Amino acid sequence: MLDISRRQFLKGSGATAGALMLPPAMPGRQEVPQFPLHKKVSESRTICPYCSCGCGLLIATDSTGHILNSEGDPDHPNNRGALDPKSISVRQLSTSPHRQGKVLHRAPGASNWEEMTWEQAIPLVARKIKDTRDASFQTTDENGVTVNRTNGLAFIGGAANNDEDCYIASKLARALGIVFLEHQARI
Amino acid sequence: MTNQWRDLKNADAVLVCGANPAENHPASMAHINKARNERGAKLIVVDPRFTRTAATAEIYAPIRSGSDIAFWGGLMSYVIENNLYHEEYVANYTNASFLIDEGFQGPADLDGFFSGYDPEKRSYSTDTWSYQTDSDGNVLRDETLQDPQCVFQLLKKHYARYTVDMVENVCGMPRDKFLEVAQPYAATGAPEKTGTILYAMGQTQHTVGTQNVRSMAMLQLLLGNTGRPGGGVNALRGESNVQGSTDMALLYHIIPAYMATPSAAKHKDLAEYLEKETPSGGYWVNTPKFLVSLLKAWWGENATTRNDFRFDYLPKVSGGIDNYAWIAMFHAINDGIIKGMWVMGQNPAVGGPNARFERKALEKLEWMVVQEIAPTATTDFWRAPEVDPASIQTEVFVLPAADAMEKEGTIVTSGRLIQYRPKVAEAPGVAIGDIEMMDLIFRELRRLYEEEGGPLAEAILELNWSHGADFEKICQEINGYWTQDVTDADGNQVGKAGEMVANFTKLTDNGSTACGNWIYSGYWYPADDGEGNVMPAAKRRGQKDPGGLGMNPYWGFSWPVNRRIIYNRCSADTEGNPWSEDKALIWWDEAEGKWTGYDVPDFAGTKGPSDAGFNDPYIMLPEGKARLFATRNEGPFPEHYEPLESPVENPLSSVQFNPVVKVWDTDSGQDVGDNVGASDQFPIVCSTYRLCEHWQAGGMSVWLPWLAEAMPEPFLEMSVELAREKGISNGDTVVVSTARGEVEMPAVVTARFKPFSVNGKTVHQVGMPWHFSWQGLAKGATANFLTPHVGDGNTGIPEYKAFLVDVRKAV
Repeated sequence: MLDISRRQFLKGSGATAGALMLPPAMPGRQEVPQFPLHKKVSESRTICPYCSCGCGLLIATDSTGHILNSEGDPDHPNNRGALDPKSISVRQLSTSPHRQGKVLHRAPGASNWEEMTWEQAIPLVARKIKDTRDASFQTTDENGVTVNRTNGLAFIGGAANNDEDCYIASKLARALGIVFLEHQARI
Repeated sequence: MTNQWRDLKNADAVLVCGANPAENHPASMAHINKARNERGAKLIVVDPRFTRTAATAEIYAPIRSGSDIAFWGGLMSYVIENNLYHEEYVANYTNASFLIDEGFQGPADLDGFFSGYDPEKRSYSTDTWSYQTDSDGNVLRDETLQDPQCVFQLLKKHYARYTVDMVENVCGMPRDKFLEVAQPYAATGAPEKTGTILYAMGQTQHTVGTQNVRSMAMLQLLLGNTGRPGGGVNALRGESNVQGSTDMALLYHIIPAYMATPSAAKHKDLAEYLEKETPSGGYWVNTPKFLVSLLKAWWGENATTRNDFRFDYLPKVSGGIDNYAWIAMFHAINDGIIKGMWVMGQNPAVGGPNARFERKALEKLEWMVVQEIAPTATTDFWRAPEVDPASIQTEVFVLPAADAMEKEGTIVTSGRLIQYRPKVAEAPGVAIGDIEMMDLIFRELRRLYEEEGGPLAEAILELNWSHGADFEKICQEINGYWTQDVTDADGNQVGKAGEMVANFTKLTDNGSTACGNWIYSGYWYPADDGEGNVMPAAKRRGQKDPGGLGMNPYWGFSWPVNRRIIYNRCSADTEGNPWSEDKALIWWDEAEGKWTGYDVPDFAGTKGPSDAGFNDPYIMLPEGKARLFATRNEGPFPEHYEPLESPVENPLSSVQFNPVVKVWDTDSGQDVGDNVGASDQFPIVCSTYRLCEHWQAGGMSVWLPWLAEAMPEPFLEMSVELAREKGISNGDTVVVSTARGEVEMPAVVTARFKPFSVNGKTVHQVGMPWHFSWQGLAKGATANFLTPHVGDGNTGIPEYKAFLVDVRKAV
């Protein structure tokens, strides 16, 4: 596997299998012409988002970035092409119609969501954070020790997030003075 | 994991206890099977249930949930009494030879307690749990391990009570089954052999979770199995990046890379923090470099020597797990202290303990913001089937997030291996990455503080946000960089302002470096993939595996400094030679005067046999030796206590459950509250667990048609014997009741559970998966309606794995 790509490897093994399994002059056998696909497919590699084995995945997407297929990455040393039911299903994770992809707001006491734009939601969210932080901010404790914290805010999550997401969350939460900071690792 | 997934193939025995890798970490099985096929290793599974992993194992031994310490203690006793421990390792690489204070007493002397217990405070004074020292402060040792006050003799005395009969009585594990496990696993104490222990939440989610894990570590130390190929103490971590999210310190008690969160009682300023958190020896002597570099990463040029590098901007805590950890946090929500909650990809309405209580607490929030990919029971808690939306005043925002394939980032496997994921697909609708949305929120917050000011507005206005949402720049900040040009004494430039540092050995405590997470330092630094291609280390996909041990050093980047097995000094003997040729990992090369081999030495590379500390492999500890005796809140040796809810009295002592845990009692006696059940009303032990076909709290699996088809709903697994007693047939709907509420689901009557005989009493155990709620294509009762609000004595992790229920057929 060191010096041959996956495609060369598959091509090579396919040729070997063909040579072994097919009779030399099978009646009616014809070379199949190559037709380019109408739907262009690109292939890329990623790591499974489920358990902590860190298996390699090959993802096929169409020209709009929609996932068409997922398979195990044969070059990945942890899984060598094998997958489990969840990792093979990642196409459905990305393309599910239940992923609404909308900014949603629920007013106090309301029975339903209302849709918002990012431009509407971000100022409202920042306002909530600031008002709660400022109202509950504690500069010193009863002994006069500087504590610079807010007890009014909590931040939780996320063990399925990337390292860089978590780093930014950790930095932002501390800058705001958040001490109720917890996530899946605790439970 | 101390080791790597691929290293499992090097094991001579694989002991799985409190995990179910065939179901929950399926890729591990190929490596385990390699050990079985090529080395003749036995796969041994110890579990209350005959799991999918047990079904493929050579040996299966049943154990009552909540009795693990009795089992591990029995194994340690077996290893010691039969002289099967790895003597050279134990005497030289652990603190077995250290003498302990004469005043120390243990449960054998004090009926279940260690010396120093204060029943009022429910905590220990640790004065007698210390090493004896001479007048210069050097620890007194007896390397023959014979002194009655040495750790080894105290350990031996402590576990002498954990006989095979006691194991059978406490665990409900038949003695022949125990011996069937003990013999092959104890055989890995031979110097040339190694065995690995795999565990997961089955060990941790108990009131004695920390001591369960310590028990495994101690057994591995006695057998000389840590720091070696095919060995280690290997936590099969639950989520794709729970290792990384922990490293980044999304927890109240730590700041990035395992430094303590500043506390008001201990750390009034930077000097006091560094004085108290910097030990006299071991690698943590570098704490000042790591902390100052973190503060420089966060507050940039505003962090200077004159202002303590803005140490005061870090919020300080006042208290511990009973004030801030998950359960305490939900009490603070319930009490109206926490008014706003910001959620990034988590679903407490399904995942939290006593979820009815925690859902009700959510109703007290003034507002909640959720970064999420799909609807969950948390995003929509205000319209759960059991509530009236009109009565809930919480304002809720859902910010639609890109999933793992729709954004760029790195994640960390159980083996500390950091791997890069590019963006490979487009997110739906207006969904964006979490970094992008946090960047938007921060910029708006900064604008508000610029305009309006506010308490300590400076912490926000001065925050170094030069990276914005630029992924590359964030990675460079985590990796660490020079903040200024630096030259050495000879005038040679060693660092150039703005360039990344190669690794954490370059970090300084004078402000000339910034680093967001010292253990990740080097992960984004250019590195060769073994084929001459240079790229950020975490992006590498090099296939080379020098030595053939599965270290794959050119694939990704394993923290720290691309080390694949931590404590790997232990892979060589006290002369620096490998214990056996087939497991040669690193060794002392006398001719070259340095350590060499197939992994990055976890040791000073040029420290030779004639140097002091040559046999001090545990470099993160001041004494350099692994601790068979170590201070934890409930004692220096793990002692068996029953779960908070248990069907039996503790057969080992009169201390029924962990004497340092807090028992919450908010709203006890009410329908929704911190209720604790008794065994006369709820006589059956229950555990929650996961399925291969679903994922954690469900957000990433219950909406997927293939997975919903494979596993459409929760179910209660119960034994044939219990079903007969209760008049229940396979497929019947049953009611599972606890002191905290009840749920309905179909019964799966199965031989996978068998009744236990515990201290002469028949004890039944049942179990159910916990992924479900009213949301999703696969839906059903939430198992955490049943679990209690009680946590481990050191970490606060909830006791999900052992609580009491009753079961009846639904009418």
